[in-house]
Amino acid sequence: MTVALDHRPGSHVSDRIISVAALAVGGQGGGVLTNWIVDVAERNGFRAQSTSVAGVAQRTGATIYYVEMCRDRGRQPVFSLSPSQGDVDVLIAAELMEAGRAILRGFVTPNRTTLIASSHRIAAVSEKVVPGDGRASSAEVLDAARKASKDHVIFDMERIAVEAGSVISSSLFGALAGSGVLPFPRESFEATIEASGRGVKASLKAFGQAYDEAARRRADETVGLPQAPVVEGSAPVDAPLPLGGQPESEDADDVHAAAPSPAPRGDGRLLAQWRALEGRVDALPPPVRAMARLGLRKVVDYQDADYGAEYLDRLGAAVAIDDEARTYALSQSAAKYLANALCYDDIIRVADLKTRATRTARVRREIGVRDDDLLKVTEYFHPRIEEFCGTMPAGLGRWVEARPKLAAWLDRRVNRGRHIRTDSMAGFALLWGIGGLRRWRRHLLRHEVETAHLGAWYRLALDTAPQDYDLAIEILACRRLVKGYSDTHARGLSKFDRVLSALPMLQGRSDAADWLRRLREAALKDEKGAMLDGALKTVASFAATPTEAGMPA
Amino acid sequence: MAERSFAKEVEKLRLGDGAEFSGEGILAITKALLQCGVGYVGGYQGAPISHLMDVLADAQDILGELGVHFEASASEATATAMLAASVHYPIRGACTYKSTVGTNVASDALANLASGGVTGGALIIVGEDYGEGSSIMQERSHAFAMKSQVWLLDPRPNLPSIVKAVEDGFELSEVSNTPVMLQVRIKCCHVHGKFTAKDNRRPAMTVADALENPRRDTGRIVLPPASFNHEKEKVEKRWPAAVEFIKSRQINEIFGAATGRIGLVLQGGMYNGVIRALQRLGLADIYGDTEVPLYVLNAVYPLIDDEFLEFCEGKDAVLVIEEGQPNYIEQAFGALLYKNGGTSRLLGKGYLPVAGEYTGQVMLDGIGGFLRDHAADLLPDAIRAPNRAEESPVDLPELAKTVPGRPPGFCTGCPERPIFAATKLVEQELGQHHIASDIGCHLFSIMPPFELGATTMGYGLGPASASAFNAPDAKRRSISFVGDGGFWHNGLTSSIGNAVFNQNDGVIVIVDNYYSAATGGQDILSSRAINKSKSTKHPITEAVKGMGVKWVRHLERTYDVTKMQATLKEALTTEETGPKVIVASSECMLNRQRREKPLAAKAIKDGERVVAPRFGVDEDVCTGDHACMRLSGCPSLSVKTLDDPLRDDPVAHIDHSCVGCGNCGEVADAAVLCPSFYRADTVHNPSSAERFAARMSRRVIAWLQKRRDAGRLVFSEVAA
Repeated sequence: MTVALDHRPGSHVSDRIISVAALAVGGQGGGVLTNWIVDVAERNGFRAQSTSVAGVAQRTGATIYYVEMCRDRGRQPVFSLSPSQGDVDVLIAAELMEAGRAILRGFVTPNRTTLIASSHRIAAVSEKVVPGDGRASSAEVLDAARKASKDHVIFDMERIAVEAGSVISSSLFGALAGSGVLPFPRESFEATIEASGRGVKASLKAFGQAYDEAARRRADETVGLPQAPVVEGSAPVDAPLPLGGQPESEDADDVHAAAPSPAPRGDGRLLAQWRALEGRVDALPPPVRAMARLGLRKVVDYQDADYGAEYLDRLGAAVAIDDEARTYALSQSAAKYLANALCYDDIIRVADLKTRATRTARVRREIGVRDDDLLKVTEYFHPRIEEFCGTMPAGLGRWVEARPKLAAWLDRRVNRGRHIRTDSMAGFALLWGIGGLRRWRRHLLRHEVETAHLGAWYRLALDTAPQDYDLAIEILACRRLVKGYSDTHARGLSKFDRVLSALPMLQGRSDAADWLRRLREAALKDEKGAMLDGALKTVASFAATPTEAGMPA
Repeated sequence: MAERSFAKEVEKLRLGDGAEFSGEGILAITKALLQCGVGYVGGYQGAPISHLMDVLADAQDILGELGVHFEASASEATATAMLAASVHYPIRGACTYKSTVGTNVASDALANLASGGVTGGALIIVGEDYGEGSSIMQERSHAFAMKSQVWLLDPRPNLPSIVKAVEDGFELSEVSNTPVMLQVRIKCCHVHGKFTAKDNRRPAMTVADALENPRRDTGRIVLPPASFNHEKEKVEKRWPAAVEFIKSRQINEIFGAATGRIGLVLQGGMYNGVIRALQRLGLADIYGDTEVPLYVLNAVYPLIDDEFLEFCEGKDAVLVIEEGQPNYIEQAFGALLYKNGGTSRLLGKGYLPVAGEYTGQVMLDGIGGFLRDHAADLLPDAIRAPNRAEESPVDLPELAKTVPGRPPGFCTGCPERPIFAATKLVEQELGQHHIASDIGCHLFSIMPPFELGATTMGYGLGPASASAFNAPDAKRRSISFVGDGGFWHNGLTSSIGNAVFNQNDGVIVIVDNYYSAATGGQDILSSRAINKSKSTKHPITEAVKGMGVKWVRHLERTYDVTKMQATLKEALTTEETGPKVIVASSECMLNRQRREKPLAAKAIKDGERVVAPRFGVDEDVCTGDHACMRLSGCPSLSVKTLDDPLRDDPVAHIDHSCVGCGNCGEVADAAVLCPSFYRADTVHNPSSAERFAARMSRRVIAWLQKRRDAGRLVFSEVAA
C-alpha cells in the first residue's frame, strides 16, 4: 500500500490532519473562535473544515465545535465531522468545568493533546441552587488536566478578555497562538482578527495578552498547578466584573492571612471607645485575635460600641473555658458565629446598608455608570406582619402577635411588594429613617427574640464544651444554618432546630462532633432538608441500637 | 426573522457558473435547489435545517427573479402536502424539515403523495436529528421511506456530494415518478466546506404557469380503484425505474481495491467516520485512499441487489456499517445473500453497537474488531501488535463526580422563566399538579431549578396530552403548557379544539414569545413584527376564543410574577367549567436583544435619552441561601465568594450580561425572598431637568448620609 500522508499517531505533525476541538458554554462565542481557526489555517496554506452542533445546545448548555486542518497539497482530504477519543491535538475549553468534561469524554489524552483552558468558572444551575456552597472543586479539574494532557495552558482568559473590553474568544485565540501548538506565525492570527472587522482593537489587545501569557508559560515549562496570570495593568478593584463568569470560587479559610484593616473614622469619643475595645481584643489569646477583630468590626458597624463590648463579654466566656492546647479553636469559632448571630438581618440593618454612602458608590461602580449618566436605583421590599411586629417595641409587638385577627388585618395592609427608589429624596429618606431606628433596636421585639435564641444556643455550646470540646465547636457552627429573610429565615431556623434535635442522641458518642457536622452539611444540600431528614433517620437508627454506639473517649 | 439577518448568506445564492461557494452544508443544499430549477420550496423550521428556511425567507428578491414560490409552511404535513403541485405538473418542488419528528407529522401527506406518485421531481430534505446534539427521540427516517416506498438518499457528508445528491434526487424522482427523501445528518448540515457553483435555473414551468393551465388525472388520486393500481405501479414500474437509474448513474460508489477477502458496506453519511477509522488503523491516507474495498450507499433505499452481490463475490466477510436501529439494510442484505446462496459472512451489529451514534471511537472499535478477526494480515504491525499502549484517556473516576452537568436552559432574561417561577410558587401553595409539557424552549422547565412537567408528547400536543385528566370528582386540575409555535403548528385544533369539544376542565398556558423561538426565532401568525412577505399580528387570544374557549386571560408581561401567580391560582380554583386558557406574552429575550441592542447603542451615541436597566445584589444584604436561584436559573445570576472570613456561604451575584428583565426583583417580591436585589436603571443622555433634579436629590442624600455617619464609627471597607 502506498500511503503518502497518513494519520497514524506518531507521524510528523506537518503531514498529518490536525484536530482542534472547542468546548464552550452556549453563548460564549464558540462560533466566532471556530471561524477564526479555519481562517488562520487557510491563511497559512492549509485546508480546514469546521463543524458545530447548534440547536438547543446553544441555549446555555455545553456546546462543542470542531475543526480539522492539514497542509493543502492540492487535493481535498477526508476530514472527520466530530472529535474522537484519543484523536484530538488541541482541546480548547472556554470554562474550567468544560475542560473537565472534555477530559471525561476522552478528548484529552497524554501523548497527543494540548489542553488550552480558561480557569474561570461559570457555575452550572446544579451548583447554584444548593442552599450552602454547591460549587464543584476547581482544584480537582486542574489536577486532572495536568495528568490527562500532553501540555496544558490554563489561566483566566475570561478576565483578560473583559479587562481588554473584549470577549473570551479573543483570549482563547491568543492562548492557542501563544501555545505554539499550531504551526502558524503570530501575525497570521492577528491578520485573521483584523479581517473579522468587529471590535478589532479590543480583540487584538485580549489576544496579545493571552498570547504573551501562554508563551511565557511555555517558556517556563512550569509543571504543577498554574499560577494566577500576571496581567499588565490589571486593576481588579475598579475593573467591571467578568461578563459571563464569576469571581474565583475556592474557599479561603485562612483568616490569619487577611491584611489588617485600617482604623474606622469617627469623633474622638467614639474612637476612644473603639481603641478600648481593640485593647480588649489584643488581650485575647493570639489565635483568637484575628477572628475577634473581624467580628468586633462587624458588630460595632451593625450597632455601636456597646454592642461590641457585649460581643467581647460573650466571647470572653468561651475563652475562659478554652484550651490553649487546642489553639483556642472553640473561641475562634465563637468569635465568628457570635458576631453573625448578633448581627441578625432585620429591616433596620437592610435600610442602614442600603443608605450608606459606600453603597451608593459601589452600585455606581458595579453597574459601570459614566459620570454624566444618571442612575436610578429601585429596591425591592416585601415586609410582612412578622417584620412589622419585630420592629415594634417588644411589649407592643407581642401584644399584636397575641391577637391573630388584628395581626391578619395588619398583614393585609403591610404585606405587599414595595418598590422604593433610593436615588430619590423621598425613597431614600424613608429608608434612612428606618435605618435610624438602630438606636432603639435593643428595645424591639426582634432583638428580644434573637437575643434569647442566641443565649440558648451559646449556652448549649459552652455547656457541652467540658464533656465534648469538638461537639461544642460544631454546635457553634450550626449558626450557619440560620440565614435569609422571612420564609427562608424560618426554614433556616427549622433546619437549625432539626440538626440540634439530634444532640441527645449524639451526646456521649465519640463521633458526636463528626455526626453533627454531617447533619449540618446535609441540611445545606437542599432547600427542604430532604438530605437532612435522611441523615437524621440514620442517626436515630444507630442511636436506637446501643451496642453499636461508641463509648465516650 | 428577528434572530439574525442572513443577508450575507443570501448573496451566496447568487453565485454563478464556476464560482466557489463556501459555507454550511445546509446552505449548499439551498443553493443546489436553485441550480436545479426548483419551482417551489416549503418546509418547517427546526435544527438542523432551519437555515435553509431562514435564508430562503430572506431571499425573496432572488426567488422572485427566478419565479420560485417559497412558503414557511404551517407544519411538516403542510409542507409535504404542498408537493402535490408536482403530481400533475412537471414542476420540481422541495420541502424540508427536522426528522423524524417532522416526518411523523408529515406522514399522512407523504403516504398520499407516494401512492399517486409525481410527475415533477419532488424532493424532501430531512435533517436527521440523531446522535449528539439531538433534541428529539432517537428514531430513523429510513422506516418512513420503506413504508411509503419513497427513495432515500444518504450522501457522503461533504458539499460536492450533497449538492450532487440534490441534482440526482430530482432526476431520480422524475424517472421513477416517486418522491425522494434526501437525508442529511446534524453535523453534515453544519459542516463548513466548498463546492463549485452553477448558474441558478428558472423552472421550466412555474407555479403561475400551472395555475393558468390546470390539469387533472383521476388515476393519480388516492381512491379505489386507483389506489390499488398505485401499489402495483410502485413495485412494477417505479421501483425498477429507480433501481435502473441508481445503477446506471452510479449513485452508489465503490472505493478501494477491486478484489479482497473482506469489504465494508456503509451508508454514505458514515463515509468520513469510516475513513477516519481506517486512517487511524493505518489503512487509509488522509485523502481517503485505501486498499480496503468499500461499497458506499449514497442511495440507501431502494437497495441495488446485484451491485451488492457483485461486491460480495469472492469475499469471506462483509461488514455493514449502518447507524441506528432497526438495522434494515443489514437485514435486507442478509436475506439477499442467503436467497442467492452467497457464502460471504455478513456482519454488522455486534461489531458495532445496535443503538446510538457511530462516533469516532465506535467506528474505530467496530471496524478494528472486524479487521482483527477477519483480515488481520491487512493491519500494519504497529496496529496489530502495538509496542505501546494505544492513545487512551487517563482514567479519572473521581472527576465524573466533580464535573457538573450543563443541560440547556432558559437564556438570560428569558420571558418564560417568570412563568415557571410563578408555577412553582403556585405549587408551593396549592400542592403538586399533573403538568403536561410541550415542545419548545419552555420544555426546559423540566430541568432544574424548576423541575416542572411530566411528559412531552409532540409539537402542539401539550394540552392534548393532558386530555385524559378530566375527572369532575378530582380536587385538582391538570396544567398543560404549549408554546406559540406549537399552538399554530397544530395545537389550536388538536389541543384547544379538543379541550373545548370534550369539555376538558384543565388549565392551559400558552407561552407566547412572539416567535417560533427554539427553532431560531422565525415569525409565526401571532408574531408582532411586520413581515414583508407574511401576515403576522394575529392574536392567539382571538383564535382561542374563536375555538369556543370561554375562560381566557391574557398577560401582556410575563415578568409580572405576582400577577402570573394570581392568574394561575384563579384558573386552578375557579368554578368555571371547560378549559381555562392563559396566554402569557413577552418577547423572546434573545431576539429582543438582537433587535434592540444595536438600536440602543446607536441612540446613546447620537445623544438620545436611553434607559438601560440592570439588576444587582447587595452582597452584604444577601445571606447566601440562594432561594432566588431556585426560582431562576438565569445565567447572569450566579454565586461568588466574599472576601470575608465571617461568611461561610457564597452570595448571589449578577454579572454584566444581565439584561434587566425584572425577574429577580419580581420573584423576590412574589416569593417574599429577600431585599438584596436592586434594579439599577442607567439613564444615558438625561435631560437637563432630570440632571438638575438628580443633583438636588444627591445633595440631600449626601447630607443625610453625612449626618448619620457623624454619630457612629465608619468602617468604610466593611460596607464597601
